[in-house]
Order: sequence, then structure tokens, then C-alpha cells
Amino acid sequence: MSWAGPEDSLLSTSLASYLDRREKLLVLLRDGRKLLGLLRSFDQFANVVLEGACERVIVGDLYCDIPLGLYVIRGENVVLIGELELNKEELPPHMTLVPEAEIKRAQKAERDASDLKGSMRKRMEFLDFD
Amino acid sequence: MLFFSYFKELVGREVTVELKNDLAIRGTLHSVDQYLNIKLENTRVVDQDKYPHMLSVRNCFIRGSVVRYVQLPPEGVDVELLHDATRREARGG
Repeated sequence: MSWAGPEDSLLSTSLASYLDRREKLLVLLRDGRKLLGLLRSFDQFANVVLEGACERVIVGDLYCDIPLGLYVIRGENVVLIGELELNKEELPPHMTLVPEAEIKRAQKAERDASDLKGSMRKRMEFLDFD
Repeated sequence: MLFFSYFKELVGREVTVELKNDLAIRGTLHSVDQYLNIKLENTRVVDQDKYPHMLSVRNCFIRGSVVRYVQLPPEGVDVELLHDATRREARGG
């Protein structure tokens, strides 16, 4: 196996510059999940290994970081990898950190509401309101 | 390789990348690779209120496969040149 040398013009778009950061990175996934963690490894498919990963669940103005551990993410699920700026609020000030149990409850309530909306829509389909 | 070369020419320009999940990010094009993965600097999300988790992201790597559009500055496109290059490439370089 060969490693890209510094003369490789492709290197500048690689994730290498995110490898040795001491701050966590934000990884956005295709299903909308937001993972935070330290980048330990990656390859050309954007498969990545996150150390100390946690999922940031946001429901309305509530949020919670749920610890996950060491994660290997298959590249096809990665949308974006962002560096969080130091000394800056990661989230708007009006958002509140809540315990895991509470965010799970809020998440379920949100899901139930959207399921209900979906089923109502389905039942009303004969009205053809689009 | 045509669009790879094309995007390389746009490095340093301000672009808006719209993703397949409707997230639109504006920033300076830092680099692009063969998969059309894109790195942006000085990024800001177009609809910030809808994506609070992106508030402190200032530079990011975007996987090429999730990009829907790249909106370019109008002066960044030399259509004539692109047209010629396309014809050349279609003839086999």
C-alpha cells in the first residue's frame, strides 16, 4: 500500500488535516444524525473512525449529547465533516441541555406527532389537497 | 476529469453548495478532489435557524456524492472555454 505524498494534489481535500485536532469534529450523516468525536482514521471513501463519539440529539430547543464510544462510520453515510470553531458557542444560547431520558421522550413525542400527521394525511388523501 | 479541472479553477471563489438533504452552505472553495468532494472555508449555513448544530462550523469537508448543486459566481464560468474543453475531451483528449 502506498501513501499519498505531500506532492499529491488530492491530499488537500483529504481529511488528513482533521486527524490531529484536539477538538471534536461534527459528522453529519445521511439519516440526519449528528455525531461528535475525534477523527482517528479515514480512507478514500470517507469511511471514518471516531473516538469518544457521541450523538447530539436536538429536538426543538432541547439538546443532549449521548455517549456512544468508538465508532466506525461507513463512508456512504457521511454527508459532511465539520470542524467546530473554538471559543464559540456550539449551539445558539436559547438551547437547553437536558438529560438523556428527557431528550428520548421529546424525540418520541416528535416522532409520534409526525407519524400522526402522516396517517391523517393518508386518510384525507381523497380530498386531493395538493 | 473535466469537472475536476473545472472546479480546481474555482478554488478561492465564494460558492454555495446545496446538498441532497436541502442544507445549503456558503463558503470559500478551499479544494476539490477527483470524487468532487469539496472543502469549504469560512462557511455559513444559508438557513441558520433550521440547522442550529452548524452554528460553530467554520470549515468543512463535504462528500461529493451528497452534493446536489454548486452555485457559482456568474463571472466564474467561462462557458466558451468549457464548451471547447468538452468538445476536446469528447474527441478523446
